[in-house]
Amino acid sequence: MSITLDSLVLRHGNFRLTADFVIEEGHKIALLGPSGGGKSTLLSAIAGFLKEDAGRIYYNNQDITDLPPADRPITLLFQDHNLFPHMSVEKNIALGIRPNLRLTTEEKLRVRDALARVGLKDHGKKMPSELSGGQQQRVALARALLRDKPVLCLDEPFAALGPALKREMLDLVAEIVDSTNTTLLMVTHDPDDAKYISDQTVLVAEGVARAPVDTAALFADPPEPLRRYLGIKKGA
Amino acid sequence: MANRTKPLRAFHILTGGSALLLLLLITFGTVLAVWSRASVQTGMGASDWAALRFTVWQGFVSATISVLVAIPAARALARRRFPGRQIMVTLLGAPFILPSIVAVLGILAVWGRSGYISEILAGFGGSRLDIYGFTGVVLAHVFFNIPLAIRLILQGWVSIPSEHFRLAAQLNMSSHDIHRQLERPMLRAIVPGAFMLVFLLCITSFAVALALGGGPKATTLEVAIYQALRFDFDLSKAALLALIQFGLCAGVATVSILVSSPAKFSVGLDRAPLRWDGREWWNRLFDRVILIAVALFLFTPLISILVKGVPPLLRLPAQVWPAASNSVIVALGSSVLAIVLALSLSFLIVRLSGRRRRTSQAMEALGFLTLAASPFVIGTGLFILINPFADPFALALPVTALINAAMSLPFALRIILPALVRAEGHYGRLADSIGMRGFSRFQLAIWPRIKRQVGFAAGLSAALSMGDLGVIALFAPPDISTLPLTMYRLMAAYQLEAAGGVALVLVSLSLFLFWLFDRGGRLEHHIR
Repeated sequence: MSITLDSLVLRHGNFRLTADFVIEEGHKIALLGPSGGGKSTLLSAIAGFLKEDAGRIYYNNQDITDLPPADRPITLLFQDHNLFPHMSVEKNIALGIRPNLRLTTEEKLRVRDALARVGLKDHGKKMPSELSGGQQQRVALARALLRDKPVLCLDEPFAALGPALKREMLDLVAEIVDSTNTTLLMVTHDPDDAKYISDQTVLVAEGVARAPVDTAALFADPPEPLRRYLGIKKGA
Repeated sequence: MANRTKPLRAFHILTGGSALLLLLLITFGTVLAVWSRASVQTGMGASDWAALRFTVWQGFVSATISVLVAIPAARALARRRFPGRQIMVTLLGAPFILPSIVAVLGILAVWGRSGYISEILAGFGGSRLDIYGFTGVVLAHVFFNIPLAIRLILQGWVSIPSEHFRLAAQLNMSSHDIHRQLERPMLRAIVPGAFMLVFLLCITSFAVALALGGGPKATTLEVAIYQALRFDFDLSKAALLALIQFGLCAGVATVSILVSSPAKFSVGLDRAPLRWDGREWWNRLFDRVILIAVALFLFTPLISILVKGVPPLLRLPAQVWPAASNSVIVALGSSVLAIVLALSLSFLIVRLSGRRRRTSQAMEALGFLTLAASPFVIGTGLFILINPFADPFALALPVTALINAAMSLPFALRIILPALVRAEGHYGRLADSIGMRGFSRFQLAIWPRIKRQVGFAAGLSAALSMGDLGVIALFAPPDISTLPLTMYRLMAAYQLEAAGGVALVLVSLSLFLFWLFDRGGRLEHHIR
């Protein structure tokens, strides 16, 4: 499995971002860079919410550039609005199996399993407003689990959580993607997040998304744009 | 890089397109029909000129007075906090859904020959007031439009960020400085638009001009069209008048689009910002006087409707009940139609906005078009279109429902469209990302987020239609009536007391319909 970004160009006013590389299966990849650098934009384009200005996107060897979001091999977790506030936790998850909510008994059991998997066993009948921010994102993860797509994209869904809670969520994500052999693409502006969960990092800065490299190696010898972002002086 | 919107489905094009076509037929199609029958070559007679002059002049005077009173009143509401302020702001919305013929009755109860003020004057040996004609028309229009103007201008006031007033207080700016630096620029942006809107409403209003005007000196174009059709059976004369009215409205609407910044009907009017200025005694006194005067002017007619309406309730004329059922049927039909039109147009507008911004904006503008359309131009046009095929008088009720739906479409659109844009913005991506499609996408993801606004819009258009005395007067044969028409017929026969009872029935029914829809939209929508 691989995702190929073939000479992708995204423009918005004066902003311009290019990406030209291959993402290999089974990695946990952080998209790291300053805010406004285009991390979320790139993720939105891969997930099918933005139309690229040039270039193609391939999944394996299939051209998915013109597929609508739901038909791509991808689940995207947004920063917020991941749940419908008027639907119970259970129904929100059930949407991952059947978008019209007509579930068989067997499928209802799968919803319950997914709920237990993210540690919310007895919360199925609650409304999203009765849950904490972290619990709400767990529900969204449970739905992603049921959608069972080969690629999971996170657009900083844990940005509003405290450090300990964020680590907890990242652990849960790691556990899920490892056990299902899912590829993870995660936007973050925090180098610690990248070091904590990802084995590869895509640096998105100064108009270019660079090919993924080993995270540890990247931080051991940061290239110039990363130095500028981290605030490390040359030679220090 | 563009937002990848959902594909435009045939369904959206079909529903939105038909809504648009119907709208174009009602607005422009009727004008063409009118054009084909107008006796343009004979030109305008003296009475036509008089009607045009009267229409413009009463509209100008009404709009001027409304805005001149509304500016200080809005300022007082913006900078004072007092118990009852919130109720007052809420009640300022009431005249909007108050049937105009009911308001006329209320105004007569205060200002008429046997009204409260005449009684007092007579008690002191003075002469009684006679407001029929120019004075009455302007008085009623001012009564209707002061609240609207206050709400529009108050909107401007609360849109000034409270940080600006905080800064002004710290810099020790006087009321005068604040007025020059903060308030005058706001007024310059808001007032012209408010004035033009009120002017437009005054030149297209019918019930007021019919009930309080009349006679060759005080006939508006709308009333002249009505008389030409109803009493002279002179279709070509009516068509000529309708063309003049259309030209006038189109001109005024164009000017008001040019001068007005888009008005935002947002919430938050009930919250007075913290202000540190205007604490001098003369400012406080002035604000108090203007608010009390406005409240007296607006609320005594309303109270008198209640007071005078109760006694005759027990012996209402028998024709009230069929009229009431007609009114409810027309109101429900018109409200359903308005909502279907507004939803179809909104969905098409939202779907188009991603790919064809211009087209989408043009459609939005068209949706507001009927605000400038005259119901009587539409009515005359439909009369001409229907006449060869069927008896227009037999279709009085459906035609009324159709025209009422078109007239309330601008409001329904203004309420529903932003809600739909918000629902799509917040949850459309989510729905798309998990593959929700077609009707279940609408039913599960979008409807629960917009039903509150849909309920409010449905209630509003039901109430507006319920209270409308317009084209029904043109089309209705003597044996068919609605409540407003029954009221007018009673008033024309000087049975003011019975009319008062009918007025109360009418107001109660239309408030009940409004409440029913609005409440329906507010019910909790939980899918557990």
